[in-house]
Amino acid sequence: MTGRRVAVTGIGVLAPGALGVKNFWSLLSEGRTATRGITLFDPAPFRSRVAAEIDFDPAAHGLGPQDVRRMDRAAQFAVVAAREALEDSGLHDGALDPYRTGVTIGSAVGATMSLDEEYRVVSDGGRLELVDHTYASRHLYGAFVPSSFAAEVAWAVGAEGPASVVSTGCTSGLDSVGYACELIREGSADVMIAGATEAPISPITVACFDAIKATTPRNDEAAQASRPFDATRNGFVLGEGSAVFVLEELESARQRGAEIHAEIAGYGTRCNAFHMTGLRPDGAEMAEAIRVALDEARMTAEDIDYVNAHGSGTKQNDLHETAAVKRSLGEHAYRTPISSIKSMVGHSLGAIGSIEIAASVLAMKHDVVPPTANLHTPDPQCDLDYVPLVARDWGTDTVLTVGSGFGGFQSAMVLTGPERRTA
Amino acid sequence: MTAPVVVTGIGVTAPNGLGTGPYWEATRIGRSGIGRISRFDPSPYPSRLAGEVPGFNAEEHLPNRLLPQTDRMTRLALVAADWALADAGIKPAELPEFDMGVVTASASGGFEFGQNELRALWSKGGQYVSAYQSFAWFYAVNSGQISIRNGMKGPSGVLVSDQAGGLDAIAQARRQIRRGTRLIVSGGVDASICSWGWVAQLTSERISTSEDPDRAYLPFDREARGHVPGEGGALHILEDGESARERGARIYGEIAGYGSTFDPGPGSGRPPGLRRAIQLALDDAGMVPDEVDVVFADAAAVPELDRIEAQAVSGVFGRRGVPVTAPKTMTGRLYSGGAPLDLAAALLAIRDGLIPPTPNVTPDPAYQIDLVTRARPASVRAALVVARGHGGFNSALIVRAPQAGGV
Amino acid sequence: MNEIFTLDDLRRILREGAGTAEGTDLDGDILDAGFEELGYESLALLETASRIEREYDIALDDTALADARTPRDLLEAVNARLRASAA
Repeated sequence: MTGRRVAVTGIGVLAPGALGVKNFWSLLSEGRTATRGITLFDPAPFRSRVAAEIDFDPAAHGLGPQDVRRMDRAAQFAVVAAREALEDSGLHDGALDPYRTGVTIGSAVGATMSLDEEYRVVSDGGRLELVDHTYASRHLYGAFVPSSFAAEVAWAVGAEGPASVVSTGCTSGLDSVGYACELIREGSADVMIAGATEAPISPITVACFDAIKATTPRNDEAAQASRPFDATRNGFVLGEGSAVFVLEELESARQRGAEIHAEIAGYGTRCNAFHMTGLRPDGAEMAEAIRVALDEARMTAEDIDYVNAHGSGTKQNDLHETAAVKRSLGEHAYRTPISSIKSMVGHSLGAIGSIEIAASVLAMKHDVVPPTANLHTPDPQCDLDYVPLVARDWGTDTVLTVGSGFGGFQSAMVLTGPERRTA
Repeated sequence: MTAPVVVTGIGVTAPNGLGTGPYWEATRIGRSGIGRISRFDPSPYPSRLAGEVPGFNAEEHLPNRLLPQTDRMTRLALVAADWALADAGIKPAELPEFDMGVVTASASGGFEFGQNELRALWSKGGQYVSAYQSFAWFYAVNSGQISIRNGMKGPSGVLVSDQAGGLDAIAQARRQIRRGTRLIVSGGVDASICSWGWVAQLTSERISTSEDPDRAYLPFDREARGHVPGEGGALHILEDGESARERGARIYGEIAGYGSTFDPGPGSGRPPGLRRAIQLALDDAGMVPDEVDVVFADAAAVPELDRIEAQAVSGVFGRRGVPVTAPKTMTGRLYSGGAPLDLAAALLAIRDGLIPPTPNVTPDPAYQIDLVTRARPASVRAALVVARGHGGFNSALIVRAPQAGGV
Repeated sequence: MNEIFTLDDLRRILREGAGTAEGTDLDGDILDAGFEELGYESLALLETASRIEREYDIALDDTALADARTPRDLLEAVNARLRASAA
């Protein structure tokens, strides 16, 4: 099975302020932000009260009342995104071979909204130390073990190959797609429905990031709250959403005449083995992940046209990442546009890596680099070309997208446009 | 031909034995670790039995600074990893950092830690939530903490596919070694025996309500009535076979084959995927059914699921064609820890030429499987481990004895 | 109110919220020892600060916390807040 390559033939996206791929690209290319005051619950008691939320009507996306009862919001997102991706690929309506189709879904915090709400009920608002099972939803098990996300997607598309949830914190969205690529390359599947989802905007998640001051307290400027690489940045903005792809073995995709959006040319992941939340300033482990991804793609730094950054907007991350990109791309780092879409759609933890892959593919398709919104005051320590405020027309055939997560995970992926590597 | 990936170290934290030695000593004679729950008062609940890891005192094994920031499952995992490394004779500080990784499975994360923080949030307010909550409960925590404790910077990961995840993690570890990483710590440890975790588990409707530890978890028996949950699991040291042999490591066995499938959706009328997973594992190993000497069953103890498993096994191996055993009846089902613990039992069965028993079960003859109810001496050259996760996850893994003169 | 936050209070809260590093004697002369030297990183200090805020019902500002390098710094910051809230 050597020589098998992986094509992206379908894309589905649910992002804050943008349902569907078309709307998602409009939002990014126009540099609009979707961050706002939290509406999903009353955020008054919390330090950070901004988020990038999706106005999501499950019924409008074909989900019935029973689907909504059974599935956590994150699972609903994933199913909707998977259906859009499948339709886009032309493999809907029974065209998939179930045995040769697998599913991987990334998520950092699983069904946290359901768990938070269920706990509130069975503990009677935290009053009961021994919680009351008679009040538990019969679907609670699906929230207890979030592999239910992969199960829901597999049922929705009719996949019977390998299925799993990948949960490596905030690199889950990259690692899920990276894992799916490995399954296609080794021949365990010909098609993977791969992506990630997250719906973390719940009191417990907001409280846990408050406790470590990781999220921004810029509550009075919600629409400008996410400021990656800006000197005034002071934390990330929590987001939600999902992106799911149809990945196919390249030759068979060509043979069926599928439109190939991109090829996943290389992927690497490493650990910093340093701290569960902290980062070493030199970025050595992320740089190593980038090196592995470039090696697998048989490319060098000079091949990269655009870096889609992790760019969470915490003091620490943006310095770490800038160091990692310089360390791996050398002088070329200064010549390459780099931007963070988290400035617009927030940081949806485990989902964002996949959403950023979608943004990277669309950047190649349109030869446009999405901007870093809200970047008005450059940080002298962040001295790369971060494409402030306005999207840039830019010939983009090869993109490097990177991610960094709690637990020390550092991941990188190299994507190429369909024309780039026809050889 | 790809180079073999071998297991050179085992670390066990199981309800019937803390440490590989005590676990195997209990398992080979059929001694169970199932009993009434002691970690919280189970009397309000319809199910009251579990497999709890006995005598685990984290303070004895781990730095004090780690305790406020770790759930029980992470403490167990860190200790299991330490023991596995020691068993393999590996000192991580002596190896290049990027040559070692950690790939674990998780099912429900640090649920007890999460319970305490949810309680703080809802009873007192958000400012009472711990600074460690942002990672102490999440699924990636064991991989992260093991990598930090041991300075392992290589490719790492976390898979969640309920009980099947333990095998998926081992298979992913094998992939990373084949891609060039020398050593991966892999397996799974779960521990969600807390009131909140218990209520969540009860909603699976697969938990036995029996009060009798010897009659509560009886797979393939006419009296099957669901399973008993447990805590713990196992971590293994997987190494590139070549470098393991070069350093003169003791080799337990080779990870020879793996297959994974997902069941069709409810009501589709299509056949379940378990048999296909077993066949894929055999194909991957380049083996025929006759070469497998024992099957470590998933053993759901739900009649419909037992029937599906028995049919898959007899479909591949023939009626009563291979010894089948389920030592997990002595520990309960350990979620992501279950299959890695079965892998430990399989490797020890190979080492000692002994198939551990499935105590207390009277096999229903209708299943037509050769269930090993008393420890059975046998030459075990290869073993199949089967694991299924809630919702339709099926994974199968074949481990093979080390070849003479190395692998 | 005339509450004072003492080194012993800090010792107790550090033990409860962050534990003690191997080789560190919290009961020793630690007033001017660096937190890093004592084995406490930013997360441990955030947890410690949060426990102090809850117990003493004060709010420590982010910069005071970030600038506290030693137990003495932290005691001063906490006691300044306590005096301010008593005033």
